[in-house]
Amino acid sequence: MSGAPTATTATPATRLLGIAAVVGLAGVVLFGLVLTPADQSQGESVRMLYLHAPTAWVAYLAFAVTALASALYLFPKQHALGWDRLAGASAEVGVLFMAITLFVGMLWGRLTWGVFWRWDARLTTTAFLFVTYIGYLAVRRLGGTPDQRARRSGVLALLAVLEIPLVHFSVKLWRGLHQDATVLRPDGDVELDGLMLFTLLLGIVAFTVVYAWLVIHRQRALTAEDLLDEAGLDVAIVERQQEALV
Amino acid sequence: MQDAGFIFTAYAVTFGAIATYAAYIIRRGRRATAELPDEVKPWT
Repeated sequence: MSGAPTATTATPATRLLGIAAVVGLAGVVLFGLVLTPADQSQGESVRMLYLHAPTAWVAYLAFAVTALASALYLFPKQHALGWDRLAGASAEVGVLFMAITLFVGMLWGRLTWGVFWRWDARLTTTAFLFVTYIGYLAVRRLGGTPDQRARRSGVLALLAVLEIPLVHFSVKLWRGLHQDATVLRPDGDVELDGLMLFTLLLGIVAFTVVYAWLVIHRQRALTAEDLLDEAGLDVAIVERQQEALV
Repeated sequence: MQDAGFIFTAYAVTFGAIATYAAYIIRRGRRATAELPDEVKPWT
């Protein structure tokens, strides 16, 4: 029996993922705001770092996935548009998380450094990365066929991803205000209390699950929009052909 | 809690932004998929 088309991008698996995301975020709020202690040097403002560091990680992950998916579209002989849509979806979600990272970082900076913004190496390179991916999203909207969109944005994604190591190592390359890595230190010495480290890792897991949920839904919405555009173009061609025959 | 205004703003904006974006993509997805037959949707 065939009824009306199902108007959703959800499946049972994505619903489970969504529930896991909500539970994870609730855990971040509970641990981040209630159960963890204040930091000896930063005081209560450390609670913002349970958002700042995980969202920065997700933004890096999102842009890396964009580059990988773009490579998987560009390099094989058969160009599969599904990779391009994954790249676009991931970049969009990455821009959202990078915006959150910058905003929360500015609030934390106001409490810790006394200013919302400084043209410090880490802050400047992060802002540059953010603007680059806004540019990437703008390039995706320039028009043309889905394949033209995929080619030009794919090349840009492979160039833009090179900024990530620059951002990450900017605290090593230049002297600035931003602190060094707290967890991923080259000497392996983690400078965090057990519960604080757990909350940070919970944040990383929870925001990564949120990222996966958002990207899956966005990628499916992009697929549906491309299919609609294609169908609309086919109808327009048939109409023009009929007009020419009259 | 010291600096509660900054801390709660950070949490509210983070979760508010994610919820708003999630609602936006769900709405776009629903609008686009409503016009397509299920046979062409790879996830159905």
